[in-house]
Amino acid sequence: MSGMSGTFVGMPAFPKAAHDAVRNQTLRANLRHATHTIRDKRARAVAELDDWAGLREAGRQIKDHALRHLDRYLIQLEEAVQAAGGTVHWAADADEANRIVTRLVRETGESEVVKVKSMATQEIGLNEHLEARGIHAYETDLAELIVQLGGDRPSHILVPAIHRNRGEIRDIFVKEMARWGRPAPDGLPDTPAELAEAARLHLREKFLRAKVGISGANFMVAETGTLVVVESEGNGRMCLTLPETLISVVGIEKIVPTWRDLEVFLQTLPRSSTAERMNPYTSMWTGTTDTDGPHTFHLVLLDNGRTDTLADEVGRQALRCIRCSACLNVCPVYERTGGHAYGSVYPGPIGAILSPQLRGTTSEIDASVPYASSLCGACYEVCPVAIDIPEVLVHLRERVAEGGPATRRGTKVRLKPAKGHAAERAAMRASRWLFTHPAALATGQRLAARTRRFHPRTIPGPGKAWTATRDLPTVPAEPFRDWWQRTNGGKDADK
Amino acid sequence: MILGRVRRALGGPTGEPATYETDIDRGYLREHGARTTEETVELLAENLADYRAIVHRCTDEKLSEVVMRLLAERGAQTVLVPPELPAYWIKAVDATRIYDHAANTPAELDGVDSVVTACAVAIAETGTIVLDGSPDQGRRRVTLVPDHHVCVVRVPDQVVSSVPQALERVDPTRPLTWISGPSATSDIELDRVEGVHGPRTLEVVLCEEDGWLQ
Repeated sequence: MSGMSGTFVGMPAFPKAAHDAVRNQTLRANLRHATHTIRDKRARAVAELDDWAGLREAGRQIKDHALRHLDRYLIQLEEAVQAAGGTVHWAADADEANRIVTRLVRETGESEVVKVKSMATQEIGLNEHLEARGIHAYETDLAELIVQLGGDRPSHILVPAIHRNRGEIRDIFVKEMARWGRPAPDGLPDTPAELAEAARLHLREKFLRAKVGISGANFMVAETGTLVVVESEGNGRMCLTLPETLISVVGIEKIVPTWRDLEVFLQTLPRSSTAERMNPYTSMWTGTTDTDGPHTFHLVLLDNGRTDTLADEVGRQALRCIRCSACLNVCPVYERTGGHAYGSVYPGPIGAILSPQLRGTTSEIDASVPYASSLCGACYEVCPVAIDIPEVLVHLRERVAEGGPATRRGTKVRLKPAKGHAAERAAMRASRWLFTHPAALATGQRLAARTRRFHPRTIPGPGKAWTATRDLPTVPAEPFRDWWQRTNGGKDADK
Repeated sequence: MILGRVRRALGGPTGEPATYETDIDRGYLREHGARTTEETVELLAENLADYRAIVHRCTDEKLSEVVMRLLAERGAQTVLVPPELPAYWIKAVDATRIYDHAANTPAELDGVDSVVTACAVAIAETGTIVLDGSPDQGRRRVTLVPDHHVCVVRVPDQVVSSVPQALERVDPTRPLTWISGPSATSDIELDRVEGVHGPRTLEVVLCEEDGWLQ
């Protein structure tokens, strides 16, 4: 699974992984069913609110404001959490975060922890780090449990086991639960209700004896020091309230300035995420409370590439993300390839702009995911914080193909163009020349239109690699500019 | 080190964010639609039921009878009682009352059949009840471990229309639990199934104060 860097070890570049994934019929059917179900529901949930556009814009502004003043709000948050009885730790990267959490667990004398589903701890590979040091981390979210029991990798932000159908889940439970604790009931059927019941029984004994809980958070309020976890199953409540010690690992970008700001996100997140007016359970806690819940609370603030992302004025908007996963559910590429092809705990359109920024574009997979998009823009349309994903994708493609300035681990560097993108650079240079020489463009387009029956489906020579994964689009019979002039901008369309 | 990186990324320390008020356009609605108080309560009942909470309505006078009936129908032998739950709510209840002490382990609560609590506020637009750990609601765990939760909402005082209105009413320094229907999951084929780890049955009693609606 994910290693220190967060890359899935040995992950092939997106085109290879996607090539294999789209040939998996079960996977494609599972994904198509799930994404289409949620897509329609989300549209209905959003349509209930007349002021959706206003909420979306306010969400964007709140997050942008918090990011622009991030140093100030982080200090305010630290003070508020400590005043309320919590302890704050700072982790510059995955390794430091893992070492802090390991130390905190060891200080309790415990060798097992229960976990709330958390993207941040997935990102840093916490479970593997703990396991290697003799601490067992039990995932308690149903989908995370399916992934953990199946020795699998997550493929969706909200529903990491979205690639599994009910029959596969039943088989995993029957085969694996006994090794981890209470076995699956005899004759377990594959109805979702029975599967959920099996998970309830399996996990309850773990909740009741757990002394240490580990979570992430959806939001941190700088003004009050309050952390917020939004969930459905109640496993979050179990992990947040029953143990004696709670450790929360949270990315520094999860901060919002004020308590009032939650009024925006508590309306937009559930509707975008599970298409509900409100998710079943939301927990909010501020430090520790006498005789209610954990008496020790640690907050580990995680950078791990976030400040590098913040340094990029185009790319920093990815830090607005509230991890709703609406962009995955509408993406035509995600629907066909699934999440594993993206080689990261952050798959789909948001993953394609987040992973290469958090991890850099030096690995083959991270250099290829910005190309895993048709730039159709559906992701931007549904994004509740208006992240212009296509804009960032194009920006990152340019960085991969042409290199240029970037920030890595807090230091400004100059990236070299990635290997294998020579044809792309040549094409970009050519298009730049053409667009600044309109007469040449017009001549070229007319020539292309008249010779189109001779066009191959792939480009010969150095362009071959580019077209190995794409069919060349058909050239229309008449260039758009000529059509526009001939028909007076479409007004004389019958001409 | 992280703060240093943040400041370098932003081109220097950012100082007091004097622009907070002007940076954010609060043009969105404080509540959706115009409703009478009665209609707001009706919407709360509808939305609670839509997410599979079981809704009951009664007057204050009938409350103890209703609570008694709900626990009896459930066959509850034991019921968890927060320290300052109004005594008359459960005066007719037959089940053995269990009090949650700080020294109790979660495992000791696991065998209790039901729990009865008040709430801090209820949100009509989303069908949500919010608990803030006040003495009539108890510790967070009492509404988590038992499989059956009966929650009494005082109508119309505790009912608001919207999420923004609810946030204004609750105290962030208290531990808060927002509950919208019984626990659920969408993790199997993104299809919603009720009942995973929290109480699988949530009954909400909308208790109308005497004289309301006249």
